[in-house]
Amino acid sequence: MGYFLQQLINGLTLGAIYGLIAIGYTMVYGIVGMINFAHGEIFMIGSFIALISFLLLAQMGLSTPLAAVLIVLVISMGFTACYGWTVERVAYRPLRDSYKLAPLISAIGMSIFLQNYVQFFQGARSKPLRPILEGGLALWEANGFTVQVSYLQIIIVVLTVALMAGFTYIIRATPLGRSQRACEQDRTMAALLGVNVDRTISMTFVMGAALAAVAGLMFTLYYGVIDFFIGFLAGVKAFTAAVLGGIGSLPGAMLGGVLIGLIEAFWSAYFTIEYKDVAVFLVLVLVLIFRPTGLLGRPEIEKV
Amino acid sequence: MAVEAAPVRRTGLATSCRDAALVAAVILVLAVPIVGFQTVGTGGTLAVHLHFQTVGALALAGFAIRLLAGIVGGWAASSGVSAGLGAAAGRITAPLAGSGFWFGLAGLAGAVILPFVAGRDYIYLGATVLTYVMLGWGLNIVVGLAGLLDLGYVAFFAVGAYTVGLLATYFDFSFWACLPLAGLFAGCFGLILGFPVLRLRGDYLAIVTLGFGEIIRIVLLNWAKVTNGPNGIGGIPAPSFFGLPFTRNAPEGATSFADFFGLDYESSQLLIFLYFVILGLALLTNFFTLRLRRLPVGRAWEALREDEIACRAIGINATTVKLSAFAIGAMFGGLAGAFFAAHLNFISPESFTFNESAMILASVVLGGQGSQLGVALAAAALALLPELTRDVVPPEYRLLLVGAAMVLVMRVRPRGLLAHRSPSILLHAKARR
Repeated sequence: MGYFLQQLINGLTLGAIYGLIAIGYTMVYGIVGMINFAHGEIFMIGSFIALISFLLLAQMGLSTPLAAVLIVLVISMGFTACYGWTVERVAYRPLRDSYKLAPLISAIGMSIFLQNYVQFFQGARSKPLRPILEGGLALWEANGFTVQVSYLQIIIVVLTVALMAGFTYIIRATPLGRSQRACEQDRTMAALLGVNVDRTISMTFVMGAALAAVAGLMFTLYYGVIDFFIGFLAGVKAFTAAVLGGIGSLPGAMLGGVLIGLIEAFWSAYFTIEYKDVAVFLVLVLVLIFRPTGLLGRPEIEKV
Repeated sequence: MAVEAAPVRRTGLATSCRDAALVAAVILVLAVPIVGFQTVGTGGTLAVHLHFQTVGALALAGFAIRLLAGIVGGWAASSGVSAGLGAAAGRITAPLAGSGFWFGLAGLAGAVILPFVAGRDYIYLGATVLTYVMLGWGLNIVVGLAGLLDLGYVAFFAVGAYTVGLLATYFDFSFWACLPLAGLFAGCFGLILGFPVLRLRGDYLAIVTLGFGEIIRIVLLNWAKVTNGPNGIGGIPAPSFFGLPFTRNAPEGATSFADFFGLDYESSQLLIFLYFVILGLALLTNFFTLRLRRLPVGRAWEALREDEIACRAIGINATTVKLSAFAIGAMFGGLAGAFFAAHLNFISPESFTFNESAMILASVVLGGQGSQLGVALAAAALALLPELTRDVVPPEYRLLLVGAAMVLVMRVRPRGLLAHRSPSILLHAKARR
């Protein structure tokens, strides 16, 4: 029971990280109708910026962990958002009216480029970071097994919930969110009614990248080690989460992220840790066979 | 005339200057965190090294390139050169496309002559290049003809290679018995994988194949009891020439190739033979594709690529047609993998990473989707360039440049550098796009 609870907590933490990345996939898919393959690399860049900021802050002698995390959060979100904006501007916008494979190929090219760009300048070795936030709460104790929640896990979940609430507010109640929903429904009509479509799409990429940066920061803190390749698997898993929740649906992405996190945690705990990535992939294929619209998604209607 | 043109050019210069400054600013912002601060591991902890001169150089380079592009573009637009350039480019590429057959024939002649004039290293390299060409042609069926994005093509390559590796070492199957089985297994994998996904929107296929490529690698790494894990499988026997082995001393009750033809034994005989095996396999792929394009199923692939809804409306079963393209492409990937295993004698999961998939996809995308000649040239170039420039350009640049080239080609010539991605047949009234 204790073991089960512990895995539940670990899975939820992992799920929060995947969910934040998945939102980026889902928002872009909703508006532009394409898979942003470079999103996993944006997450990876976010985690690198977080790592570098932590190192610099430590060099400057900042020792309050919570303040350091908050400062790094802002820095990482800002710079990563620039990456998201640039990727859209360079690789996707010129191809918006090209044939259907062109943006996908350009996206995969961008992904390859970003991965090797980081490898080139930061090296291929994995980068360790000393734990910033330590300690935790013992929740429950039985048969010599203690169920623990670390402060870091609490911060990750709380931050994710807060960001989710904030973004739901932006989508529901701000002019930007209204334009986004309008573009999602009909881009041409929205443009005719005075919505700046280019700007709205840019902002979608910026928001997705900022969330991916938060996920990257959390990943860096949680695992304590990153390398240039983490974006690949995290990207596939987060995309699986987005599909599982129903692509195009924001709460769906979060739900899918949590489910994928739980599946991965429990699979590693009760079956084999080597095949945890295979399990996630199996989920993707099963969802596509039996419920391609996902848990919360609407069926897609193809218009001629 | 000149008086009129001058102010136009000056405003053009101002805008391109502003434009270039903007590009430089963006590069500056992007490069500062990743390029400016480089993390270096020193005894367990990380130190940050400053490299702001690189950041400055990148920003300056971006500024210069953008400014140059702006000036040249503005000048070309104002003086009508760009239209002339376009026409000139058309004049150069049009006969190239038209005489593709002769180019192909010349290339083929060169490929046939090569093993008789070149040294051992070049024959070996030639076989490797031909493997990539075959993979490019195989993937071209999926990406170029049917318009399906397959990001895990190397998985089928791996299935073929491990089919040969496992059957040959566990059950002593000969290469020629393994070859069709490798194609069959890879094709079956394609069917199993494609079946659930191809009913859906095309983009899902991309991510599922991406995942599948990684899964195959993970299974090969971790299923150590069968695949020997990261150590790989060695000692894969080389193919024989109609039962005549390429050995110095023939085994009991058999004649070796050299004895049978009364030649002196030379180890390069096997190399030359392997070279012709892959040449034959690659040509088979090419021939198969060219013939399929003239069959109803090939026409259906191209039609589906152009307009899926129209195809459904006239009664083409989109799922089956896509599945056939995916499975046939997978089969050729498997055949190439079988050869790869026999050629190298040794296979390990290291050879089947996503980077390989990316290189194969790049050869299809850069060469021209749907064009056999373009894909062959691009595959050969991508396989050869890193070998030839090994001393000049560090290998880390390779994928960096490939990724950038893919984005660039999509922006400039979305249908590929050399050839155009036009359908094999068109209704005469419809203008060629």
